[in-house]
Amino acid sequence: MPDYTLRIRRYSPESGEAAHWDEFPVDLEGHRSVLDGILQIKDRLDGTVGIRCACQQAICGSCGVRVNGRPVLACHLHLDEAFERAADGVIVVEPMGNMPVLKDLIVDMHEVHWKKIQRVTPWLIPDGDPPEREYIVPRDKMIDVTQTMACIQCGACVSDCLSMEVDPLFIGPAALAKAYRFVGDPRDGQQEQRVRDLAEDPHGIYDCTHCFNCIEACPKGVAPMSQIMRLRRIAGDHGIEDRNNGHRHETAFVRNIEKNGLLHEADLLPDSYGGKFHPRAVPVLVSSLPTIVRALQRRKVTPARALLHKHKAPKEVKRIFRDVHDREERYELNLYVVGEEENGQ
Amino acid sequence: MKVAYWPGCVSRGFAPELHGAMARVAPLLDIELVELDRAACCGAGVIAEHNQELADTLNARTFALAQQEIAKGADLMMNICSTCQGAQSECQERLDANTPYRDHVNETLSAEGLTYEKGIANKHLLWLLVEEIGLDAVKAKVKRPLTDLRVGPFYGCYIVRPTTRLGIDREHPRDRYLHQLIDALGGTVVDYAGQYKCCGFPIITMNQQASLTQAGRHVGDAMDAAADCLVTPCPLCHLNLDLQQPAAAGIVGRPLNMPVLHLPQLLGLALGLEPKELGMDKHVVKPSSVIDWSTSVVASAA
Repeated sequence: MPDYTLRIRRYSPESGEAAHWDEFPVDLEGHRSVLDGILQIKDRLDGTVGIRCACQQAICGSCGVRVNGRPVLACHLHLDEAFERAADGVIVVEPMGNMPVLKDLIVDMHEVHWKKIQRVTPWLIPDGDPPEREYIVPRDKMIDVTQTMACIQCGACVSDCLSMEVDPLFIGPAALAKAYRFVGDPRDGQQEQRVRDLAEDPHGIYDCTHCFNCIEACPKGVAPMSQIMRLRRIAGDHGIEDRNNGHRHETAFVRNIEKNGLLHEADLLPDSYGGKFHPRAVPVLVSSLPTIVRALQRRKVTPARALLHKHKAPKEVKRIFRDVHDREERYELNLYVVGEEENGQ
Repeated sequence: MKVAYWPGCVSRGFAPELHGAMARVAPLLDIELVELDRAACCGAGVIAEHNQELADTLNARTFALAQQEIAKGADLMMNICSTCQGAQSECQERLDANTPYRDHVNETLSAEGLTYEKGIANKHLLWLLVEEIGLDAVKAKVKRPLTDLRVGPFYGCYIVRPTTRLGIDREHPRDRYLHQLIDALGGTVVDYAGQYKCCGFPIITMNQQASLTQAGRHVGDAMDAAADCLVTPCPLCHLNLDLQQPAAAGIVGRPLNMPVLHLPQLLGLALGLEPKELGMDKHVVKPSSVIDWSTSVVASAA
């Protein structure tokens, strides 16, 4: 029977001692899970190892941990796969990130994750009186939110969110995916208010840095970042000019490409704040002066190139912008919903 | 090898030294660059955030233009920007996975007489070096090994995540290619905390504090790990890590002085090109720890 070694991060805040690592041998076949390994350690070697778990079949979302630096459900990763990715042959197990540790592998989900979920008003607020019987919703109007409904609240995406790492107040991937579950629900009557709230919040939808960590982390294919992008699109539909310049930046970027074909950075910065002479843009441009001067000094940019952008969009590119913008409804393919075709299709 | 070459926007805008360095390096590796000069911006994720179909159509057009070059003898499409790679891979995933959708997008392209055929090979220079040219062949051309140079790889996001979309698997450990390349060029790889993290650039106009905290921390981590320089496959990361480094230092409250090289610059140095030819004088953080300017040889910090 193959043996594995698990290196587990130990920490008990009450003990007053610093965190440390303990190594334990595990006597299990490779197809057994990392959670099985941890439970064997608890059973045979050290009953004080703290881990939260329940269903052991990747549906309750309790056993989120980091294995070899990546967030996973401990019950959803085989020991042999974990071993393959172990840098020095030892499987490293530590608690999830971005949340305080309660004990060993158990983090305080309440303090971070659940408070953020509460933040997005995670319940349906229909307009008017409820119908006498059930709500009737066409299937195709509801299917779009099924992806976010697959979330099991394990916190893997929260653990590795890089925006939250530098801005702990960021609402975060799990809660924003949850927000889309209601924003995209045809029965909800508060779509505009919901997206306005999330767009105006300095730690809301425009604080996501587009790093794909949540997409990579999610064991259920929820792709929280894609849901955040959907929220941004809908905020744009409602014409919300948020205080974070999120929508302005998006619009400025799109117009920049429609006009120039290639990005003209010297225009994008002021336009993201409303234009070169807008009161909002002036302080930003002034504070960016040292950066601009450095770029000029190092001949990264020449004044002529910064002011005159030679490249103009070919007329065919302009036509594509027109054609797509003229459609009555956005055509948005979601592979989670439609699936991928078999080869040869 | 002949490639349909997509330089992207930033390499011809605020990071012109990248495009320039690529042009210098290409002949040394027998890469013939056929520039896709009619193609448009990949959207950098922002156009997709605005309208997915628009981004997919613009990139399908770029792919179709590349396929015209491939029909004329180019081997594949090559880019030099992680953000282009990631944004284009995302569009390609949708276009390749669904025939009715691809037909719909091609309908828009048809007015120009263009069609995208499923399955284009679009590789970042980094992938091309490892998978098409081969690191042994690259190594054989090294004239100035980066001996004793401690290089921190900065991968960023778009070229490594999501792993399935970017084709990272056991046979293609693309999330280790920078490591392998630094090694092949004779340098020493320095691992540090931020090498797979976000540079912060996408939110620079929305949350400058968070954006520059990201850049500043990664540079600081690399300094703590005693790196001489960083190398990145992404010009947008370069903007936040190099152009904004003095501002980032202010935000994280520690002095930062870490040269950041574009991938073709590091490659070019090892292949014997001079630092100035590679545009290394255009960086905000002077690459003094990489280059001894008096002799133009590569040297680590004393």
